[in-house]
Amino acid sequence: MTATHEPTYPPPRRLRPWNAVERRLAKVGITGRMLVLAAPALWLLVFFLIPLAVVFGISLATKQFGRPPYSALLSTEDGTVQLTLHLSNYIRLFTDNLYVAAYLSSIRIAAIATIITLIVGYPMAYAIARAPDRWRNILLMLVILPFFTSFLLRVYALTGFMRGNGVINQVLGLFGIQPLVMMQTDFAVYVGIVYTYLPFMILPLYTTLVKLDTSLFEASADLGAKPLRTFLSVTLPLSLPGIIAGSMLVFIPAIGEFVIPSLLGGPETLMIGRVLWDEFFTNANWPRAAAVAMAMLLVVVVPIMLLQRAQGAVVEK
Amino acid sequence: MRRGWFLPIAAALGFSFLYAPIVSLVIFSFNENRLVTVWSGFSLKWYGELFRDPQMLGAAWLSLQIAALAASIALVLGTLAAVALVRFRRFKGRTLFSGMVSAPLVMPDVITGLALLLLFVAMESLIGWPRGRGMLTIVIAHATFCTAYVCVVVQSRLSDFDRSLEEAAMDLGASPLRTFFDVTLPIIAPALVSGWLLGFTLSLDDLVIASFVSGPGSSTLPMVIFSKVRLGVSPDVNALATIIIGIVALGVLAATIIQLRSKPKKARA
Repeated sequence: MTATHEPTYPPPRRLRPWNAVERRLAKVGITGRMLVLAAPALWLLVFFLIPLAVVFGISLATKQFGRPPYSALLSTEDGTVQLTLHLSNYIRLFTDNLYVAAYLSSIRIAAIATIITLIVGYPMAYAIARAPDRWRNILLMLVILPFFTSFLLRVYALTGFMRGNGVINQVLGLFGIQPLVMMQTDFAVYVGIVYTYLPFMILPLYTTLVKLDTSLFEASADLGAKPLRTFLSVTLPLSLPGIIAGSMLVFIPAIGEFVIPSLLGGPETLMIGRVLWDEFFTNANWPRAAAVAMAMLLVVVVPIMLLQRAQGAVVEK
Repeated sequence: MRRGWFLPIAAALGFSFLYAPIVSLVIFSFNENRLVTVWSGFSLKWYGELFRDPQMLGAAWLSLQIAALAASIALVLGTLAAVALVRFRRFKGRTLFSGMVSAPLVMPDVITGLALLLLFVAMESLIGWPRGRGMLTIVIAHATFCTAYVCVVVQSRLSDFDRSLEEAAMDLGASPLRTFFDVTLPIIAPALVSGWLLGFTLSLDDLVIASFVSGPGSSTLPMVIFSKVRLGVSPDVNALATIIIGIVALGVLAATIIQLRSKPKKARA
């Protein structure tokens, strides 16, 4: 289409510089696309992908005194470059009971906490999805609000709640019940994970539940199913993508959790995030810490793949 | 239909579980007693103590600066990444790129922190940069994981964007760059604001990654709080928590009111 008369708006003066910049760059073979991609790609390459490679490299070194406190992988001797790799850190992971126990107990704690979160979060998500329109946004906001308040401070708030002379025990005392020991137990860690990760469970569940076609429930009821039956054979299977996405969003970060077990757990609460932390800060064994991190990555890779599939399903619906 | 007594009761219990610890913390921040949970009268003394603690104030100021810088870098990088992922259908290394963008979302903090520290140490011995660790390294680390969050927020806004507006601008002779600044950017502005705020909050909140990549003399607020809480009961943390919760609640309230005021025209239709 050709313009028959000069457009008066937009003013052409502002148009030129951008075009000129682009034309000049195009001459050197740089397209706009490349520029858009370059900055984030380079940043993430340098500060995300390469660090993981560095961790892998250092996990194959050994601890030594000096700066940095690990042996060099490459060394030059008599003009030849030598590559020295140590598998001792990995062998240690399998032979030392501490690490195996820590991985198993992290998975167990994260799994149990995830199931409790699902049991607490599902009715909440369902109630929000079924709530009248004007209530729904307010309730959702109430779920998201704690997410914006500090994670650390919320865990701290729990310590005041569950301590020996804390709020719960004071209330129980009013009824003449002996104070319960809650702090520094695995129980406290479960409560901590459920409390802090509940929003991550509720939001994907809500997203799937709110999209369910209500005529399916009516059909099920018309065919004579009781509410519980309808829930078990219609609602629950249809909300499976939300259940998986929510569970993975709780389970994956819970495995590597450091703050919750250190503030709420006891000395016998063994979690791999804490082991890595101690290996690094207390024992100053950087190569061992790196090996723990690599093994931890392997443990979370499968859940991450599950999560991606479930998220795809949640979004598609 | 399941509109019995079970759901409302379960939801009410769930919400009280979410809010009871926070509410009790706020109440006890006004407690005069040193023992956090024994009420002995209303007092503002912990707030006074908080504002006389130079370590706390210094850490708070450092955290705010880091959060603002990290969120701003992440905003630029995350927006560019989102534009690339939504607008460029196919390019070399797309799978790797989208993997790199979203992986920090699910990566355990301890691994991210350790990986970045080991990188910084290796870089320092190879090229002499960054010299030592402190604010700069924390900003880089925070910007890296915040980029992923900004990208998710901007991506969802970009994908329900009416492409014909951009096409119209291009048909009228605007260059892609100009189209981006004059058409795309104003439309995705709300997502940019919430992306920045999300990055800011996440950076302010991070304890684990900052602990790895900080050096002596650069303790962020969560690091100071963590060491205080670990040492024992400190009522001034209650006061600090109450202030933070208050600011967040006001911010969310303001955002909600703004949204409700601007929405009715569209939402009611």
